[in-house]
Amino acid sequence: MKDFLEGSHAVAHAVKICKPGVISAYPITPQTHIVENLAEFVASGELKTEFINVESEHSAASVVLGSLAMGVRSYTASSSQGLLLMEEVLYNIAGLRLPLVITCANRAVSAPLSIWNDQQDSEALRDAGVIQLYVENIQEAVDLHLFAFRLAEDPRVLLPVMVCMDGFVLTHAYEAVDIPEESEVDSFLPPLELREKLDTENPLSMGIVSDARFYMETRYAIQETMKEAIVIMPELKKDFIQITGRNLNVFFESYKLEEAQKVIICRGSVSGTVKEVVDEMRDEGHKVGALKLISYRPFPTEELYRALKNIPLIGVLDRAISLGSSGPMYTEFKALFQGKEGTPKISGFIGGLGQRDITKKHVREMFEKLDGEEITCEFINLNVEYLMGARKYT
Amino acid sequence: MRQISIHARAGQGAITIASLLGTAAFLEGKQALAFPHFGAARMGAPMDSFVRISEQEIRIRSQIYEPNYILVVDDTLLRGYNFFQNMIPGGASFINLSEQGYLPEAEGISVYCIPADDIAENLFGKRMGNTALLGAFSAGTGEVSLDSLQKAIDKKFDGKIADVNKKAIEEGYNYFKKKYT
Repeated sequence: MKDFLEGSHAVAHAVKICKPGVISAYPITPQTHIVENLAEFVASGELKTEFINVESEHSAASVVLGSLAMGVRSYTASSSQGLLLMEEVLYNIAGLRLPLVITCANRAVSAPLSIWNDQQDSEALRDAGVIQLYVENIQEAVDLHLFAFRLAEDPRVLLPVMVCMDGFVLTHAYEAVDIPEESEVDSFLPPLELREKLDTENPLSMGIVSDARFYMETRYAIQETMKEAIVIMPELKKDFIQITGRNLNVFFESYKLEEAQKVIICRGSVSGTVKEVVDEMRDEGHKVGALKLISYRPFPTEELYRALKNIPLIGVLDRAISLGSSGPMYTEFKALFQGKEGTPKISGFIGGLGQRDITKKHVREMFEKLDGEEITCEFINLNVEYLMGARKYT
Repeated sequence: MRQISIHARAGQGAITIASLLGTAAFLEGKQALAFPHFGAARMGAPMDSFVRISEQEIRIRSQIYEPNYILVVDDTLLRGYNFFQNMIPGGASFINLSEQGYLPEAEGISVYCIPADDIAENLFGKRMGNTALLGAFSAGTGEVSLDSLQKAIDKKFDGKIADVNKKAIEEGYNYFKKKYT
């Protein structure tokens, strides 16, 4: 049913109709509204779930690790410092092959303290064995949460899936969103059946010591599963579309790439603004396009290459930075074309850190800069007058 | 697309009226996006909320810098900043200001002063004029109807809170009609 909802509330609805058996979370802005809403559903009896209040994010992640190990569908959410506190456990959850669904309400990382949005926090989890999907709007947030449960719990996958939605910009925004019926979700998402789980009748151990003879194979197995997920995701997407009647992109969205000479690659809510500029510039006769990345892990290398191989000028907009190197997505896209024929000129931009606004003007400036020399790492909308002190930053 | 900026202090209900306005537009079959922008995350600190209303899909996610309309929920915010400077010419602003207050001037912009806090205080004993100001906005712009705003209130609130706020919206609406038309 279509309704006008806050992003957090919409996600809480989506999680509710997936009926997790255990939810555990610790409040942190801008994630808090999601679990607050879920707690209300539990309190009112609308959702029959064990909602476990804990004293930290580390404990929240540990609780859902335990419940998943028992074979119970589980959910948690966090942001920023909270997500970093969970990190140690999230690596374990991936290593144990537990199908957690977690929402990251993307927020900048301290210090200095910023409650506002960028994507540095989920970027810090890049290598954990967690599947990462980034959403542009609230509808996509709802749809990809349903998709995330199905993907995580697919017996061929069994990995945690993190749905990343921009804090405030999406979690605190209201827009029209279609929440699927519970019956639709029931036919899309079968009950969780784990072949191996903790059971007092059939005791087993999980995550025990694995010395140099065994450890590497566990990482290899996750890597292989990530590759298989590239094949599995389009299959599950077909099911989703059939049941909801709504299209869903799971790898990326190509926007006006036909005959495009210049393309901006972006991720998350800023993609809407980029698409808006693409339309305006197309009307003015410029051959521009956009590519919105959704699946960051697994990184759909072949599919991306096919989509971008004829584009001569590419700009990558990162809303996080690998300090001392460059934008993390930028290096990924540079690597994608390494050794290929007709490599495009790829420039890297850093923007929107701590929710510095990215307007249509900034997007246009990025497109214009693609005509010049290749840029590795340029901050957009930087206030140079704030850079005071003895050191000169040039 | 029409863009609306709401300027207030945290705790004065700017997010509430942004979501009510968005809901009312949604109920009329329009596209809408409502979102807040906080400064320091504490009560009393200046903050903004924004609404976009359109017949087409709304994709842009940046803040609103050139609004068609503004609502100023707390007139003390006018002291430090010229909210009118980047407004689209021909736009309208709705200021929560007592009748004895001074009248700000802005070229090319209609400035309407609505004693929304007084209306609220008379109705429910609190100087919480956000919804009365929204009623005046409806009367002055016709972007959403009074009826849709009342329905939006019913979707968000129950009981006495819904009743007094529906009344406040109506009185704000009637005040505008009486004074400015």
